[in-house]
Amino acid sequence: MLICCLLFTNKLLAEQVYQSTTNFVRHAFAGELPQAKTLWLNKAQKTTIADILQHKYHRLRIRYWLQGDASVWVLDEIGKESPITVGLHVKAQRLQQVKVLVYRESRGDEVKADFFTDQFIDAQLSKDLQLDTHIDGITGATLSVRALTKLARMALWLDQQVAVTSEQ
Amino acid sequence: MKRTLIATALLGLFASQTTFAAEATTNNETAELREIIKKQNDVLKDLERRLDETEQRVEVTADAVENAETANNGVSIGGYGELHYNNLTDNDNNTDKKEVDFHRFVLFFGKEFNSTTRFFSEFELEHALSGDGKEGEVELEQAYIEHDISDIVTTQIGVFLVPVGLINETHEPPTFYGVERNPVEKNILPATWWEAGVNFNFKPTAGVSIDTAMHSGLDISSKGSYKPRDGRQKVSKAAAEDFAFTGRVKYTAIPGLELAASVQFQQDITQGGMLDDGTVVDEASATLLTAHAVYQIEKFTVKALYATWDIDGDEAAEMGRDEQTGYYIEPAYRFNDEIGVFARYNAWDNNAGNSDDSEVEQVNLGINYYLHEDVVLKFDYESQTGAKDIDGFNIGLGYQF
Repeated sequence: MLICCLLFTNKLLAEQVYQSTTNFVRHAFAGELPQAKTLWLNKAQKTTIADILQHKYHRLRIRYWLQGDASVWVLDEIGKESPITVGLHVKAQRLQQVKVLVYRESRGDEVKADFFTDQFIDAQLSKDLQLDTHIDGITGATLSVRALTKLARMALWLDQQVAVTSEQ
Repeated sequence: MKRTLIATALLGLFASQTTFAAEATTNNETAELREIIKKQNDVLKDLERRLDETEQRVEVTADAVENAETANNGVSIGGYGELHYNNLTDNDNNTDKKEVDFHRFVLFFGKEFNSTTRFFSEFELEHALSGDGKEGEVELEQAYIEHDISDIVTTQIGVFLVPVGLINETHEPPTFYGVERNPVEKNILPATWWEAGVNFNFKPTAGVSIDTAMHSGLDISSKGSYKPRDGRQKVSKAAAEDFAFTGRVKYTAIPGLELAASVQFQQDITQGGMLDDGTVVDEASATLLTAHAVYQIEKFTVKALYATWDIDGDEAAEMGRDEQTGYYIEPAYRFNDEIGVFARYNAWDNNAGNSDDSEVEQVNLGINYYLHEDVVLKFDYESQTGAKDIDGFNIGLGYQF
């Protein structure tokens, strides 16, 4: 019966992709899709990112989308075993939206729900690179909550970096 | 007059010749300039093309470098461990327990086959040394395939942690307070508790999770104690005369709040009505009910859990183990990323079915100091009263990765 059930429902297989990167960017920029830019990370920037993530950051560059004072970032961070892909929209140095685009962990997927991610809206980065808003956790999803909180801090900090670059 | 006319004519002729010559020179220069500009345009286009090609090559190289650094073919490795020092005095028996123990050394191995099918395992060495006459054990606590059937239905098939309580499924040392795990979930549930079978997890809406599992059950025939902890077979040539069914509903739709309740039923925890020594006993159906709540407000968190067993059969009733109950409440305060303090009141009774005063109460007060978010030093004071009289302290080191 179990096998029959699996075979039948296999047709309904669903990717754990909740939104594509393109759709997230379009949504953030009111339907427009600006040309993607690339931020090549220097040593100091990688050090700061490692401080935020609490582990070494292996990527050499990060793609982002910029329009006016708004930027969009699609970042990965491992919760317990697998990377969680998160879209983050920053405007005027405040988070406008945080959305889990792909979730690959076995447990803790409550973090993809709006009731959790809405806590990040309007959050800013303090001088010590922390969020100025307290994020309530989810029991049993501690590591996923931590991953999203780190990515929120990272996106706000990256937004500052590209703002500095464009001013120069 | 004549001379003037001739001079004027000559001058005009000379001037026009000069103009013609200048125009010819200008035309030549313009043509040259156009040629130069055209060549420069060609050079610029060529440079642009080369720049594009170089950028593409750099991107491809960067992709290769990044992929090389993160390539793992979907295989993940993790783990946790905890080293304990216990210094406890049993005031009833005038004995001390002064002991150092690498209580758990655990490795996780996982493999993501594709976006819908995954493998996960947990391999554990308890008490550092295993073998005949040794204190420790090597255990396979988890080894299951997880398959997403749809957006809202996921199944686990294999050896998995039974969906009950707080610490049974999440027990990495940095995630809880106290050097040792709480005694209620240890002695009543009994954590850590794993079985083999199939579990369907439904998520009908965000923040609501329902588990329905059919799996191998307890077997108290080896010890006949009717204590759930003694009935764990650990999926090692486990008697399978009788399976068990576990259901759980969990609500986490409000950040900071978790409410959950589990029920488990097994028709016969003796696995056939006979103990290993040949004693014939009553078949004993067993039902576990447990519920817990967690609420976090800013830096303050409170956890509470209640669990009770109802076991049939004359033998269990004679021992007072037809009912076994426990509960705890744990308020905690996290000052910052480094320091958190807690207090926990635990009470449990594996003989709650008789009139004896067999309940044990345990109070723990302590501190977690985080060297890193995944590395913690722990200290707690412990006092057991009621059916026991023990006090002392525990020190621990824990990590996860």
